[in-house]
Amino acid sequence: MVTIILFAPLIGALVAGFGWRFIGETAAQWITTGMLFLSALLSWVVFLGHDGGTTHIVLMRWIESGSLSTDWGIRLDRVTATMLIVVTTVSALVHLYSFGYMDKDPQWKEGESYKPRFFAYLSFFTFSMLMLVTSDNLVQMFFGWEGVGVASYLLIGFYYRKPSANAAAIKAFVVNRVGDFGFALGIFGLFYLTDSIKLDDVFAAAPELANTQLSFLWGEWNAANLIAVLLFIGAMGKSAQLFLHTWLPDAMEGPTPVSALIHAATMVTAGVFLVIRMSPLIEYAPEAKQFIVFVGASTAFFAATVGLVQNDIKRVIAYSTCSQLGYMFVAAGVGVYSVALFHLLTHAFFKAMLFLSAGSVINAMHHEQDMRNYGNLRKKIPYTFWAMMIGTLAITGVGIPLTTIGFAGFLSKDAVIESAFAGTAGGYGFWMLVIAAMFTSFYSWRLMFMTFYGRARGDKHTHDNAHESPLVMLVPLGVLALGAVFSGMIWYGSFFGDHNKVNAFFGIEAHVSSEETATDDTANTGHGSAAEAEDAVADTAGEHMAAAPVGAIYMGSENNVMDEAHKAPVWVKISPFIAMIIGFLFAYWFYIVNPALPKALAKHQRPMYLFLLNKWYFDEIYDYIFIRPAKAIGTFLWKRGDGKVIDGTLNGIAMGIIPFFTRLAGRMQTGYIFTYALATVIGITVLITWMTLTGGAQ
Amino acid sequence: MLQADLNIIAPEIILSVYAMLALIFAVYTKKDALAGLLIWTTAALFTGLAIWIGMSGSGENIAFDGMFVDDGFARFAKVVILLSAAAILLMGKDYMERRNMARFEYPLLVALSVVGMMVMVSAGDLMSLYMGLELQSLALYVVASMRRDSIKSTEAGLKYFVLGALSSGILLYGASLVYGYAGTTGFAGIVMAAGNGQVSLGMLFGLVFVISGLAFKVSAVPFHMWTPDVYEGAPSPITAFFATAPKVAAMGLFARVLFDAFGGVIGDWQQIIALLSVLSMFLGAIAAIGQTDIKRLMAYSSIAHMGFALMGLAAGTAFGVQALLIYMTIYVTMNIGTFAFIISMEKDGRPVTDIKSLSMLSKREPGKALAMLILLFSLAGVPPLVGFFGKFYVLRAAYDAGLAWLAIAGVIASVIGAFYYLRIVFYIYFGEETDALDKGKSPILWGFLMASAVIMLVGVVNLFGIETIAANAAATLVN
Amino acid sequence: MTLVVLAFYMFAISTLLGGLMTVISRNPVHSVLWLILAFLSAAGLFVLLGAEFVAMLLIIVYVGAVAVLFLFVVMMLDVDFAELKAEMARYMPLALLIGVVVLMQLGIAIGAWEVAETAEAARGAVTPEDVTNTAALGLLLYDKYFLLFQLSGLILLVAMIGAILLTLRHRKDIKRQNVLQQMWRDPAEAMENIDVKPGQGL
Repeated sequence: MVTIILFAPLIGALVAGFGWRFIGETAAQWITTGMLFLSALLSWVVFLGHDGGTTHIVLMRWIESGSLSTDWGIRLDRVTATMLIVVTTVSALVHLYSFGYMDKDPQWKEGESYKPRFFAYLSFFTFSMLMLVTSDNLVQMFFGWEGVGVASYLLIGFYYRKPSANAAAIKAFVVNRVGDFGFALGIFGLFYLTDSIKLDDVFAAAPELANTQLSFLWGEWNAANLIAVLLFIGAMGKSAQLFLHTWLPDAMEGPTPVSALIHAATMVTAGVFLVIRMSPLIEYAPEAKQFIVFVGASTAFFAATVGLVQNDIKRVIAYSTCSQLGYMFVAAGVGVYSVALFHLLTHAFFKAMLFLSAGSVINAMHHEQDMRNYGNLRKKIPYTFWAMMIGTLAITGVGIPLTTIGFAGFLSKDAVIESAFAGTAGGYGFWMLVIAAMFTSFYSWRLMFMTFYGRARGDKHTHDNAHESPLVMLVPLGVLALGAVFSGMIWYGSFFGDHNKVNAFFGIEAHVSSEETATDDTANTGHGSAAEAEDAVADTAGEHMAAAPVGAIYMGSENNVMDEAHKAPVWVKISPFIAMIIGFLFAYWFYIVNPALPKALAKHQRPMYLFLLNKWYFDEIYDYIFIRPAKAIGTFLWKRGDGKVIDGTLNGIAMGIIPFFTRLAGRMQTGYIFTYALATVIGITVLITWMTLTGGAQ
Repeated sequence: MLQADLNIIAPEIILSVYAMLALIFAVYTKKDALAGLLIWTTAALFTGLAIWIGMSGSGENIAFDGMFVDDGFARFAKVVILLSAAAILLMGKDYMERRNMARFEYPLLVALSVVGMMVMVSAGDLMSLYMGLELQSLALYVVASMRRDSIKSTEAGLKYFVLGALSSGILLYGASLVYGYAGTTGFAGIVMAAGNGQVSLGMLFGLVFVISGLAFKVSAVPFHMWTPDVYEGAPSPITAFFATAPKVAAMGLFARVLFDAFGGVIGDWQQIIALLSVLSMFLGAIAAIGQTDIKRLMAYSSIAHMGFALMGLAAGTAFGVQALLIYMTIYVTMNIGTFAFIISMEKDGRPVTDIKSLSMLSKREPGKALAMLILLFSLAGVPPLVGFFGKFYVLRAAYDAGLAWLAIAGVIASVIGAFYYLRIVFYIYFGEETDALDKGKSPILWGFLMASAVIMLVGVVNLFGIETIAANAAATLVN
Repeated sequence: MTLVVLAFYMFAISTLLGGLMTVISRNPVHSVLWLILAFLSAAGLFVLLGAEFVAMLLIIVYVGAVAVLFLFVVMMLDVDFAELKAEMARYMPLALLIGVVVLMQLGIAIGAWEVAETAEAARGAVTPEDVTNTAALGLLLYDKYFLLFQLSGLILLVAMIGAILLTLRHRKDIKRQNVLQQMWRDPAEAMENIDVKPGQGL
């Protein structure tokens, strides 16, 4: 069944991409979408019917070279199953949504065919993403990793007539190369140390790696830390974490469905997925974990601040995505991988919904994206308004404090913040996240108020003609709204509830936790897996070091952050809620009560405002440090190295020396027989002279 | 004794007897009206003999006191010679008939020259070598000037004859020097006399003269001068013949003499062959650039290709001979296709050979243009076409034999050579529109062109298994 | 110095002289005559070797037929040899240089001439005992060198075909003899006996 899930999008992509001339545009769209819905349906079947155990499905032999041997295989466990539903569901809905959104796109001339290409790219992306999340070895994962990179490149640059879209596509690709380089180094390092790239083998060797030193660049490093950091650099690139985040806002040049699918729900979470997947290794790398927390928290804060002042509706959401990814990394970094996955899941729903709603707004406003030209759209596009409202409630984390009733974001984000508190002992990570939560609330409501409330600004004609989107675009919104509302409440227990429940959900062998949580959960020791646990202890005792830990994720024996998070003080638990309220109030004050205030503030605090508006000047700094020197070197090598030296030499040979010899050869060919005979005789003379000089010496 | 000997040379006997009988028959009946029929029967006989030789022969059979050797190497070369000769005969039939050149002697002269070639590759004695060579050459001199009313054709024949006579003289002089040293003309005796690698300078001079005489036949630089003029002057089907079967025969003979007779002094001839090889590759590549006539261009192309084939020989190893055989087979296949195209080039019923006349062929005849593109790329040695593998083999052989400089020179020469092949491609696909060539009508030519192009593509898979056959053939020669 | 040795040197010198003069003499007829001298001297050398049949063959075939044919051809063709020679003179320095280089090297090679150990045995084996020259040649030609003999025949056949192919022209405007037609001609049909009356005519 997983095989079908995996290959249905690929078939759709191939049929639509290469066969649309034969089957027609509409058929191509329906086939890809149908395939995706099939995948999504099966994914839900797999997810709901999953027992938490890990299954391996080998599809075929792939690489066999020396000691490197790789199968094309699927590793199906809870993490995979969760990713499957996220990817296929959002993708299927985005496919459907694109029917409406991509119809009569003003970027293309009348009669040009672009839709099959778009759908084929989307399906190809989905296939690559599935390849990534299902792989049971690192090379296959890297294949998927690069596949989504390619798809992302193609889709960001989909409007290839726009120079800015091309530039954004290239930027995304290049920045991702930096991260991929780290990822690739991490894979090399693992293969170097463990002689295998199979996840199971790597995990089994993780404890050993923690005691291995590896020399890299200028020093000796702990192997586990080094590799975890390298892998995390890959994750940073893909998930747009601080320093490698610059591509994500620019990636909004792509069509909005793409932003929803790739740059909000799925691809950018691949980095988080990688960290979760590699949890058995990360657990042995404490310094790397601290680094992850630091980067994640900083990103959450940084992106939230920048989001405060952006005017492009999609960029606001893009920075919001960036910020939320920071949340996930913090959760993963403190060792509560299940919460990271939980937030990934809920975030996928509400962020995809926000993007799709934004797309609906943009569609209604004739592809106007500047929020300053919106206003008072509540009545014009009521369904979109409500969808956006639900999304905003979800992302800001509205719910009833100290209970598990609330929108999806409420539950998952609170879980992250509590974990951060427990994991960092109320330190940097925790406070950054709380402040970011406040900013999140502010900019989300700012977006709502600027778009749907107040008075209509901008082009009057556009406002008069604003219209609700067609049904194909509203249905996905509705479905995602269900997820945004309920997904948190339904799976709260599974991802962040009682420890044993989480263990069972992820298929972790009970004994690992029962040792560490014996004191906490004595009441629950009687559950069904106790007998199994004993067996497992007996089974694995002998070869504990050599076997990979069982289960989708792994938490070290000293890792009880999750349990501590449950016992966090009340003020910690309600802090995000308070932050949310403060953010909302400020937004209300700035944009409803006193709309002139933001302008005055911006004028008053001009440096601060510009600092934020220009995204902390990251692009400018990078331009100065990397791009200009690179361009200078490139220009030098091009003009001097390539142009003068290489081209000059080759042109000299090709256009000067060889034609000279050609003319010479032509002149020798006189047509007179005695010339020819002379050549023959001279040839013989030379040859026998050679013989005399060399052979005669013998 | 004689019976056994005659059995071994049965294919040659059959072909000679056929030629003589057909000659008498044609003379006493309808003469030139029979030319078409004779071309068909001769080609059929070639094919039949090729199949027979390819299927039946086994082991090493020696006839006439070692003057004639029938081994795997000879059989391989004979099959290639016979099949290519058959193909060329069929290709030229239409051309010859329409231009009033279909003389009944033409297929028979080709048949006799093929007998000569078969003797050449089977030669086990300097004398039988010379006999085969002369039989082959004499027939070629005649067919080169067969269009006797054309100045170019007669000039070509005469030049070929005079220079051929010169080279034969050189060869004979070399043979006499070798005889003077070894006291015998048999290869077995020579290799015994020169077995220990310590030979007198006189013998080495003999070797040089013999090599020079043979180099003339394969048109290796500096003994190549006749090639462009003869290729240009002779009628296209005969040029096609020159470019294929005789080259295989001469290369086969070259390999046989060098390994069977002078196998003990590889170090001495290796440097000479390497020198000839590098000169041929470069001159062929460089001089071809200036050509405007496609037949002259193919002449230089064949000079360059012979340089590559000699590289395999220069390696002096069994692998080198294998590479040589593979290279020659691929070369012949490519040339059959290319010449099928050249023969079909005509404007208002008259043959044209100007490269510029190919301009924008792709628009008028996309299929032929594509086939030509593939063949030219293959001739240039562009991977992954089959032509690349030929070059790859000889380069590897040279490299393995420690002649890395030669292999590098070969790569450079093939880069230079790619230019003029690509220039034709340029004209075919991007040239300026000129007067259109006539649409080719002959299905035979079309078939050979397409088949050759398809082989260049499909052969990539396993070279039709020729690798092992060539390896076995080479093993019988070098041991 | 015995008579044989003296004769050898005489013949050898006259052979070389004949060859040299063939090349350098100004008059082509003289060249052919010098060539005949070279042939005759070579025949003398063969006689000294005891190969009288080959010697006679050389005189009969080469001198009697080939050289005389040459003579006719040279006399009949109107070729200005003097002009050709003048053209050649332009290249004389280069030719001389090459000639000297080749000659010197051949000198080195022949000066240091040696034969393989096996050469003597290989050469000796072909000399037959107790047979006349002619018979020995016949044995070789039709037995050992049978293949070569037949191939020579083929070469000559090709030469013949070539000569006919390149020169024979069937002219349409002349009347040709048809031998068969002539032979099968029936006198009864060909001739009619007409009784011509005196003084009337037909």
